[in-house]
Amino acid sequence: MLTEKKFNLIIVLGIFAFSLIGYVINEPYFITLATKIVILGIAGCALNLILGFGGMVSFGHAMFFGVGSYVAAISAFHSMNGESINLIFFDFNGSNQMLFNWFLAVIFSMFFALVVGSISIRTSGVYFIMITLAFAQMTYYFSVGWTKYGGEDGLSTYVRNDLFSINTMLPLNFFIICFACLCFVGFILNWVINSNFGNFLKGCKENEEKMISLGLNPYTLKLTAFVISGAITGLAGALYVDLNRFVSPTSLSWQTSGELIVLVILGGSGRLFGPLLGAIVFILLEQFLGEVTENWQFWLGVILVLIVLYFPKGVSGLFIKD
Amino acid sequence: MSLQLFIEQLLNGIQFGFMLFLMSAGLTLIFGVMGLINLAHGSFFMIGAFSASFVAGLTGNFFLAILASLIFPALIGIMVEFSIIRKLYERDHLDQVLATFALILIFSEAIRYIFGAFPLFLDIPNILQGNILLPGEIVYSKYRLIIIIIGLFIALGLYFLINRTLLGIQIKAGQNDRQMIRVLGINISRLYTIVFAIGAALAGLAGALIGAIQSVEVGMGEPVLILAFVVIVIGGIGSIKGALIGALLIGVLDTMARLFLPIFFELIMETSQALSLGSSLASMSAYLLMALVLIFRPTGLFGKK
Repeated sequence: MLTEKKFNLIIVLGIFAFSLIGYVINEPYFITLATKIVILGIAGCALNLILGFGGMVSFGHAMFFGVGSYVAAISAFHSMNGESINLIFFDFNGSNQMLFNWFLAVIFSMFFALVVGSISIRTSGVYFIMITLAFAQMTYYFSVGWTKYGGEDGLSTYVRNDLFSINTMLPLNFFIICFACLCFVGFILNWVINSNFGNFLKGCKENEEKMISLGLNPYTLKLTAFVISGAITGLAGALYVDLNRFVSPTSLSWQTSGELIVLVILGGSGRLFGPLLGAIVFILLEQFLGEVTENWQFWLGVILVLIVLYFPKGVSGLFIKD
Repeated sequence: MSLQLFIEQLLNGIQFGFMLFLMSAGLTLIFGVMGLINLAHGSFFMIGAFSASFVAGLTGNFFLAILASLIFPALIGIMVEFSIIRKLYERDHLDQVLATFALILIFSEAIRYIFGAFPLFLDIPNILQGNILLPGEIVYSKYRLIIIIIGLFIALGLYFLINRTLLGIQIKAGQNDRQMIRVLGINISRLYTIVFAIGAALAGLAGALIGAIQSVEVGMGEPVLILAFVVIVIGGIGSIKGALIGALLIGVLDTMARLFLPIFFELIMETSQALSLGSSLASMSAYLLMALVLIFRPTGLFGKK
């Protein structure tokens, strides 16, 4: 059994090693898998902030992931075709700079999280689950109907954006960029969780009344956490566009929200990097089962059910001692 | 637009509403009595449609097929309740969401394995094909009218079941106080199994009835499932009356929005854009209604405070 710190270190180094091995034996596909794990891991860790620590089961996190994706893709798309967007005060020409597109994605998903959160957090329990789902479904149908940016067929951006003078098309380079984002997000989340704010948030999950009697405002606490979570999920969405050079309404669908929840519970909610382990297990299972059998989804389902029934603390519960 | 077209679409909305009601009645009972969020409810819709089209292919008899769409999902429901669902009642919503999400994967893949990836078809029997002339010169599809009538009967039947039978009293008691009903010596796990089987059977029936209008394919249950969740949240979780009113509300709203929004947008933009914008806004309308209801009544129209 490990302490949580050692566990986090092993997980992160493990992913890095996996992609290095891919580089050494010249299997770029390994690197792509590792990149996918890192990006979905970032989104999962962000969801975990409100789900595992704040007790808010958001069934609409695909919304922030998808909004981040679409914002980044639209900016890249305009920078490529040279057509500008008229924004009343100025014309926006799009951008092919990763940093700028990430920034846009984070700002937009923060805004969405602020609006959706301020309404949803008034409800709780199953109603919270359903209202977050409702908002995500609205953005989903909106993207399906928005034919200017591909509608149902999605939007291709063809090339990866630029970051400084790095060749982002090389798989290992792009992996390292995503990996750096993961480390950054990990530090931020670790800091948030262990701050006073984080303790109050955990307090809201355990007993809201008590927090009120301590003179705190659970609504503001939860909303702040919701916005932080939405922003980071948006960043993951932007990275995902760079990985695939493509975005479609699927990234806004309820199945995506469901998969993000799966990552969190599979890995173990309420632990900083639990969802990252969840992403590793989920993507490797998908990959491994897909090679062994055509009906891999069936076996994935069976494994998930067994994990829920017999490992309530998730896979990370097997390695970490409390 | 003619009045006839309007009334025809209104009836389509009501028909869609009753179909949603068949789905949401089970969902709301299962949530109300056992406190379970069952994402796999859409799978029973699919299983019902597949069993109906299988039996129809075997016997050529539509009515046997409908019977099968009640029996097979109920049996599978009982099996799943016994082996998996039962262990989830005491867990939190999160575990329920994950486990039933996994059940969707299992059911969909199993059906794809058994029946193949191609959609099946379920034919409407001859005597239900064609149209019927309703009062006021309204021509309407016989089959859709039958769906409305079946929905009405099920609604009445459920009302009778809940309010006039011993089982119904137990169900109501289960919703109000799970601990107490156990103390009173009622076999609670049998009650849970029965409620789950009823829900699965109703979802299966809805799947078979709709399967005859659309095609029978893997994944057909999930869009309906999500709308059914919207319905029970609007109606108030646990309330059959709420489910009925919510379902009719959503059915009519969705159908009418699909009819009117494209016409409305055509006034201000070109046709193809108006069509796609109109239909995507129409798909959003149900969720918009739900968000509005929850903002003003956080526990739905007929939900307990």
